[in-house]
Amino acid sequence: MLSLKLVIGAIAILCVSGFPALLFSSKSQFGQYITVFLSVAGSLLGLCGVGLAVKANSLAVLQTKWALPWGQFSVGIDSLNLVFLILIFVIPLLGSIYSLEYWNQSKHPENGKKLGLFFGLLAGTMALVVIAKDSVLFLIAWEIMALSAFFAATVEDENTNVRQAGWVYLIATHIGTLCLFAMFVLWNQCTGSFELDPVGKISSKAGSALFVLALIGFGFKAGIMPLHVWLPGAHANAPSHVSALMSGVMLKMGIYGIMRMTFLMPVTNLWWGSVLLVVGVISGIAGIAFAIGQNDIKRVLAYSSIENIGIICIALGLALLGRFQGRADWIYLGLGGALLHVLNHGLFKSLLFFNAGAVIHAVHTRDINLMGGLAKKMPYTMLFFFLGAIAICALPPLNGFISEWFIYAGLFRTILNETGQVLPFAALGAVALAMIGPMAIACFVKLAGAVFLGNPRNDADLHAKEPSHGMLIPMSILALSCLVIGVFPLFLVDVLKNATKLWAGISEVSISVVSFVPLQLISVIAAVLFFSILLIVTLFRLWPEPKSTVGTWDCGYANPSNKMQYTGSSFGDSLVKLFSFILWPANQKPGITGVFPRKVSYKSIVTDTILDRLVFPVFRVAGRYLPMVRFFQRGQTHAYVLYILVIIIVLLILGI
Amino acid sequence: MVTNVIHVLLLLLMPPLLLGIINKTKAWFGGRVGAPFLQPYYDILKLLRKGMVFSTTTTWIFRIGPIVTLVALLIAGLLVPMGRFDAPVYFTGDLILFAYLFGLSRFFTTAAALDTGSSFEGMGSAREVTFACFSEPALFFAFLVLVKISGSLSLTPMLHGPANGFSVAIAAPVVLIAIGLFVVMLAESCRIPVDDPNTHLELTMIHEVMVLDHSGPLFGVISYTAAVKLFVLSTVLLHIIMPFEFLQDWANWLIYIFGVMGVSVLIGIVESIMARLQMRHVPYLLISALLFCAFGFILLIR
Repeated sequence: MLSLKLVIGAIAILCVSGFPALLFSSKSQFGQYITVFLSVAGSLLGLCGVGLAVKANSLAVLQTKWALPWGQFSVGIDSLNLVFLILIFVIPLLGSIYSLEYWNQSKHPENGKKLGLFFGLLAGTMALVVIAKDSVLFLIAWEIMALSAFFAATVEDENTNVRQAGWVYLIATHIGTLCLFAMFVLWNQCTGSFELDPVGKISSKAGSALFVLALIGFGFKAGIMPLHVWLPGAHANAPSHVSALMSGVMLKMGIYGIMRMTFLMPVTNLWWGSVLLVVGVISGIAGIAFAIGQNDIKRVLAYSSIENIGIICIALGLALLGRFQGRADWIYLGLGGALLHVLNHGLFKSLLFFNAGAVIHAVHTRDINLMGGLAKKMPYTMLFFFLGAIAICALPPLNGFISEWFIYAGLFRTILNETGQVLPFAALGAVALAMIGPMAIACFVKLAGAVFLGNPRNDADLHAKEPSHGMLIPMSILALSCLVIGVFPLFLVDVLKNATKLWAGISEVSISVVSFVPLQLISVIAAVLFFSILLIVTLFRLWPEPKSTVGTWDCGYANPSNKMQYTGSSFGDSLVKLFSFILWPANQKPGITGVFPRKVSYKSIVTDTILDRLVFPVFRVAGRYLPMVRFFQRGQTHAYVLYILVIIIVLLILGI
Repeated sequence: MVTNVIHVLLLLLMPPLLLGIINKTKAWFGGRVGAPFLQPYYDILKLLRKGMVFSTTTTWIFRIGPIVTLVALLIAGLLVPMGRFDAPVYFTGDLILFAYLFGLSRFFTTAAALDTGSSFEGMGSAREVTFACFSEPALFFAFLVLVKISGSLSLTPMLHGPANGFSVAIAAPVVLIAIGLFVVMLAESCRIPVDDPNTHLELTMIHEVMVLDHSGPLFGVISYTAAVKLFVLSTVLLHIIMPFEFLQDWANWLIYIFGVMGVSVLIGIVESIMARLQMRHVPYLLISALLFCAFGFILLIR
């Protein structure tokens, strides 16, 4: 119970953390110190609560009546939302420390206070979303969360791109919320209450309708393809620590929603799991293909979030199939893999966004084709970026590998034991993951190479400076936690096991984890890897042969320039061409004419297929024809009263 | 214990010999005497005694890249059983670790290439990461077939599967994945028709062009690593194209060693009678390998 009280206290502190700063002048830094202090204190308090809850492993629930006609204030901690709470308190803690340097009040007097206010509110309401045990409370928290994210992401609203990205986000999130309203109304119809308590039985039709509404409503927030339209723009245009919080944590609220709804009711149909798995495969492959095509550092990271959400959906789909078939091992590996990947992705994606922020801070552009050679100027940023990149490519010995190992193990076990309808889906998931892996490597080698390696491509790169400790320390903590989870994953097993038991409604998972994924061995292999590398590196250091330095081999060309380096877009070009059936890259290729041709330029961009070729055209057509309806909007009160009268008369006639 | 010692010794010592055999085969086809079988060993030893030249552009990634690649591939080599003998390390799910150790080596090779800032090396690493996107799913389809045949999730029993339970029902899938895996092996170890290790025109290469700037002992490490990769992949392939065993241990070791050499002869023959494909056609070759493996899987589960 103490743990729940601590978490509620933490939420209250986080939500109000930005308010005291409003009392101070826009140029005073004192207000920002108070904001950061409150967020740090709130997050630490919350982490204490989470730690107690993990230790006690008991469910805590708190219920009180409130003045609203529906629902009640009902919150609780269980083993399912614990994993999400860890992320919700860790990322704002580090993000607010990072913001002290990155978004200093004295440098951003016009919007610093606003950003601090909504950053805290976003963090606090996310925690409220995951602990809410009542659908009305859930929706209230959900809506404040969505709006705080809107205001936090659009602080630079003097910029047209930011405003447009904000609008797209606002529309998308509200379509999602609309589905959630429908879902909770249906939930109330089926169960007779707004409370989110598990029900033992539900009709197949109602269950499926609830599942579809959850998939669409929460899918908008999670950013699964093709509901991801708001995601790249909003992530790219927000301040980096807000992008980290949105991508690392807020997307997971969608995943949490799907997990929670499938926990509340029995899985009545086989296709729930198959659909989620296929959706995951599409998001995964298309997400990473789009990421390879981007040249904006933050858009690359945003699309890679879609890919990771896809991986989580594959795992969750497997767990749903396991629930339907009553297979404890699939559930364990699927749900465990999904939860672990939620945590891991939160850590390494926030790390990469912090890194991206540091780079943008240093070179004042987001275009990776204008960067290069930053490794020498920002060695620590580069080190952390490489750790994040290795983790996100799911390479051993970092944490991404562990969660993907869970998911692979689950899919392979399914293939091994199953002969029926589930088999093709499991095989599809396994091969899709095997395709996503090398594509992620392509994407992040491109990103790391274009930004940090080679020679500077722009004057700004020459003057880039390593960020101060305020930004480096949060990054180092995240990088270290990626390494620790990657090398010693065993300590998380109990948390995952408890979550699985709760979600699947089984009292004991009889199977032992280490028989599927021998996590203790990964520590040994990681140690062998580290020490062998260390040994060979030392040998090379002590090598007696002479070492000398010259310029890179230029094949005898006398005057190479930095512009001749392979850029990020040239690196991704062959893959973009191979995936052009999804990406539809737009090339502007001018012909060379005449004997003395003029200077021409070539442009190739990968736009978002869904947003730019489907959503915007539909909205444009709507914009052209819907103004006819404006006839009714006369701006005269008596006309509106007349409408009301007419409608009431019609309703009376219809006898409703 | 003895088995493990022999495994480690073969893994460490035998790989360069394969390159020697390939070159000898190619020389024989060309009507030349060719370099001695042990030439790759001499080359590597000579490189280890040379000085190193570093580009001023490079950072620690350039220096650590070949070393991480070597260590990752050697650990992967410990997971693959040789012939009828169990691998020194095997556990449930090691096939994933095997594939991702290859991924780790690819990450560092390509990053080290980009570290030089040379457009040639950028080109090479772009090709490497592109082609991996098709060869890796093919490898996983082949693994799925082996998982289904052997009923196990660990490389050692999986690769022993075709020999232990050989039947007519698994013959067709095994043949299909053998073809697919052979192409994957050619692509991963950068042989003709995907890549030409002999050419020195930078525009047409993949692996060689990524390591243009490495020199001396580091280049020796890279040459050795390439041989290790070929050796490990040949070992995997051998289980599928030669699914039988003898009763005596020594005979099994002999047949394994000669089998791996035979795979090298096969590669030498392919290199002698085929030309390198155009770069833009390589993905189609790899996609056909993927399809072979996928059809193998479908045949098995039908």
